[in-house]
Amino acid sequence: MGLAIAIVVALITLISTGVFLSHHWWLPHAISTIAPALDRQFTVTFIITGIIFVVAQLALAYAVWKFRDTGDSRRAVYSHGNTKWELSWTAAAAILFIGLNLMGYQIWASVHFTGPEPGAMQVEVWGEQFNWYFRYPGPDGRFGPVHPEKMNAGIGNYLGLDRAHDADSKDDIVTMTLGVPVDREVDLTMRSKDVTHSFFVRELRLKQDMVPGLEIPIHFMATETGRYEIVCSQLCGLGHYKMRAFFQVMDQPDYDQWLAGQAAAQ
Amino acid sequence: MADMHVAAVHAHAAPSGFFRRYIFSLDHKVIGIQYWLLGLLAVLIGMALSLLVRFHLVWPDAQIPLLHLLSPTGGKGDQMQPEYYLSLLTLHGTLMIFFVLTTVPQSGFGNFALPIQIGAEDMAFPRLNMLSFWTTFVGMVVLLSTFFISDGPPLAGWTAYPPLSAIGPATGPGEGLGQTLWIVSIAIFCVGSLLGSLNFIATTLDLRARGLSLMRLPLTCWAWFITAVLMLLSFAVLFAAGVLLLLDRVGGTSFFIPAGLVVSDQLVNHAGGSPLLWQHLFWFFGHPEVYVAILPGMGITSHIISTFSRKPIFGYKAMIYAMCSIGFLGFMVWGHHMFVSGMSPYSGFAFSVLTMAIAVPSAIKTFNWIGTMIGGKLRLVTPMLFAIGFVSLFVTGGLSGIFLGQPALDLTLHDSYFVIAHFHMVMGVAAIFGMFAGTYFWFPKATGRMMNETLGKVHFWLTFVGAYGIFMPMHYLGLEGHPRRYSTLTGVEFLNTPHLMHLHEFMTVSAFITAAAQLLFLYNLAWSWFKGPEAGENPWEATTLEWTVPSPPPFDNFAGRHAVVYRYPYEFSVPGAEKDYIMQDAVEEAKKKK
Amino acid sequence: MQSEVLTPAKTEEVLDEGSGHGGPPGGGDFGGGDSRPWSVPARAYRTGMWMALVGITMLFAAFTSAMVVRQGISNDWAHTTLPRVLWLNTAILLASSATLELSKRVLATNDFRRFTAWLDVTAVLGLAFIAGQLLAWKELRGRGVYLATNPSSSFFYLLTAAHGVHLVGGITALFYLVTRARVGASRQIGTLLPIDGGRPVGASLEGQVVPGLRTPVEVTAIYWHFMDGLWIYILILMMTRL
Repeated sequence: MGLAIAIVVALITLISTGVFLSHHWWLPHAISTIAPALDRQFTVTFIITGIIFVVAQLALAYAVWKFRDTGDSRRAVYSHGNTKWELSWTAAAAILFIGLNLMGYQIWASVHFTGPEPGAMQVEVWGEQFNWYFRYPGPDGRFGPVHPEKMNAGIGNYLGLDRAHDADSKDDIVTMTLGVPVDREVDLTMRSKDVTHSFFVRELRLKQDMVPGLEIPIHFMATETGRYEIVCSQLCGLGHYKMRAFFQVMDQPDYDQWLAGQAAAQ
Repeated sequence: MADMHVAAVHAHAAPSGFFRRYIFSLDHKVIGIQYWLLGLLAVLIGMALSLLVRFHLVWPDAQIPLLHLLSPTGGKGDQMQPEYYLSLLTLHGTLMIFFVLTTVPQSGFGNFALPIQIGAEDMAFPRLNMLSFWTTFVGMVVLLSTFFISDGPPLAGWTAYPPLSAIGPATGPGEGLGQTLWIVSIAIFCVGSLLGSLNFIATTLDLRARGLSLMRLPLTCWAWFITAVLMLLSFAVLFAAGVLLLLDRVGGTSFFIPAGLVVSDQLVNHAGGSPLLWQHLFWFFGHPEVYVAILPGMGITSHIISTFSRKPIFGYKAMIYAMCSIGFLGFMVWGHHMFVSGMSPYSGFAFSVLTMAIAVPSAIKTFNWIGTMIGGKLRLVTPMLFAIGFVSLFVTGGLSGIFLGQPALDLTLHDSYFVIAHFHMVMGVAAIFGMFAGTYFWFPKATGRMMNETLGKVHFWLTFVGAYGIFMPMHYLGLEGHPRRYSTLTGVEFLNTPHLMHLHEFMTVSAFITAAAQLLFLYNLAWSWFKGPEAGENPWEATTLEWTVPSPPPFDNFAGRHAVVYRYPYEFSVPGAEKDYIMQDAVEEAKKKK
Repeated sequence: MQSEVLTPAKTEEVLDEGSGHGGPPGGGDFGGGDSRPWSVPARAYRTGMWMALVGITMLFAAFTSAMVVRQGISNDWAHTTLPRVLWLNTAILLASSATLELSKRVLATNDFRRFTAWLDVTAVLGLAFIAGQLLAWKELRGRGVYLATNPSSSFFYLLTAAHGVHLVGGITALFYLVTRARVGASRQIGTLLPIDGGRPVGASLEGQVVPGLRTPVEVTAIYWHFMDGLWIYILILMMTRL
């Protein structure tokens, strides 16, 4: 029995770790400026916890096998523990875990403590059950006010803009796809019409809840062109699973052309 | 056994009527078993729901026979509708967290074993105890009643984030009466838990036998005591949050609902509330709740590992301090559930440092469990196997917490399958292994009969391997960015691939095998209850007071005797002693000679 | 080996059965007369009550923090003027604490009649406080201020209602004590024999109160005074915040 436990625990440990190491399922290809640092932090964490995982599980397996009752007349060692060991692994665990956390400070800080670069492109991200809308300020660089009572999907006024009366709203562009130019800092403002949603693009390594009543800023820079998916990652109702939009990273000329097309369609 | 009170020893008989004896019983042992059975019912329903959910994920178009009987709308044409998937998931979470993980390890085992382990006739307040159980029972009836109302159970998840949970039927099916009943159910559960926790605290502090100082308490009692304190402090806050949410729903107030909400183009008539306020109140309860679920399992595991290693627990005091610091820090880390919620990122980072600090006492406990086994003489009976399984699962689940505790990594891992893997491993399956360990361990005491070892071992193997089979692949899905709570994977291109679907298939098959293995447990339970071999007073050769009384114990536990404790609880393999264990109430040699 | 054998704990930590100030028989909850004749130390009742108060404190702490946050985040907070009857109610509640203390003192001198009389007065004052709170609600309603009118009025109704519900619990406990004392007194006439193994409850032939009621009265008093203090806290909170 002891041997069986040792073998099974060891097998589970090694297979699980092996699958991680094979990278068959792993973090997807990354396309943002913060991603390399984040992936590095992930890998460091993975190596440290992976070593602890393997050592702890194998120690458990070894102990169960080595010290099993084989029916001989041996008695267990009478010991109440060892304070010196106790203190040393407490200290080791504290230094390791808290140190690991402090290592990740820089990434968190670059996303949240420092604002976007000056001249970053402004986009508002809107969530509703179960759609995404993106608002660009247009040539004037200003977003017009939102009138909740005027929101009406039937006539295409998704965000309740009053283009007739609000000057800033006149040139606002509302799209169903988030298009951005490559290598350009983008400053997103997260908003929601109804319930809490969450903006997640796995290739950007970026996630931020969109809480109704709050305007939450977050910024990023995409480094590769391509089409990716934005998915909702906060339970928002029955259509949560299909609340998806595309995220298109383009060269500047393509982007300009795309935005002009969107503006024409308003 | 040493009995210092020879005079006036007379046993007290239990009440003779069926209802007073088994239904509205004041006896802590009966109440403990009632809680345990309530939890068994809840876990069976909760498990069935999870199987439906797993099945639907892999075969979204398959018909599930008779589903339309369960819900005419949610199971239309025996096909699971997206909202019904979410309803089942909500009820799965709510049943498991409240009516299984909170109820069984603490109220079930604690009620049964705590008074005997401390040498008391009963809990301090038996009527309150009965009231706690029946309150909890009513809470579960209210929760399950949501299956039978026209718009079905709520779909807002067990965390019930507003505004989804606060506005009413406009936000989705089940968000009408179903969500209201959910809040009422949880509020009732809070009351039951609060009454139970103050009873546990008073019992532990004031009813201990002569000689049983705090530093001689079995670690199980310490775990139940600390858990009771956590429950007292946290459930009151959840109750308050529930009242506010209920008022938002039925009283027209705006605690959690901000201004200018537009649901399906309809303006919602509320203003000024904060959805984040709910998250703060909820997680102020919710994080300690995680420890409410796992601490009793830690206590049981410590107790069992020491007993079956025939060795004193490694670092008894360190174990107590670790549990105390887990309890204390547990109240200061709730913000790590909210890294990407829009909460101040500065608070987020502060919360993350405290979160890492809480990993330290958890690590101490793991080291000490392994340290206890090293140099021991391990008897690998079923309760010990489950305790070993607990350690393995706790290590695995705990380590993924090191990822999630870092706000930067939460930018990609938050609300993904990685999170599901983490909390199922560490507070779900590990805690359930604690429950199985406790059940196999105390069953002989409760019924006077042993459970079948062979069936028990097969049950362990299938459950242990099965649990890893279900939850290990979820980590891989999480890395791939797979979000939680998606009823089908067809809506997103990167999810709708064989690459991920293979993992889902593997997990679903594992889930069905693991669930089938539980039938062995049920069979073993029923058979052993009536036909198992006689257990005798102390079948495990354990040292604590519950093993000094007959199995099952008499109505007043000690048959009128007053237990006196002379020793530390884990005196195994003492050099020079006749046997390899010394009971807690054994008179010390020096006194015997006098 | 010798060093590992621990000495018995201090006597304070030991279950003290049969001390003069002990709890009632019946294995807890103040219930007597069934087949649970062991006694529970009075200390346990005090511990239980203090723990209940810790829970109640957390409840109101949660309400308080919700109020501070809710007031801080939005611009729709409108001042709610407190009804003046609250001052009268406060005086009534303070008086009820005083009468309950008197009742406790009389209990020490074993004067059964005055003991129950003061308990009655306390309960009636408690009821008067509740009636006064309802008057306050009525006044606000007259001003057109309802639960959902404004966040500040929401908190006014919430806090007063939550406190009121807890106080009704206290009043119920007082009536229970009075009834038990009277029933106990009538039952004991003609028999001084204690119930199986326990001590007699209520009053003996001479019209004196016996110790069986002391712990319940003491614990109820802790609760009652706490409700009094809680009300003062709520009043100050509402005066400074609403």
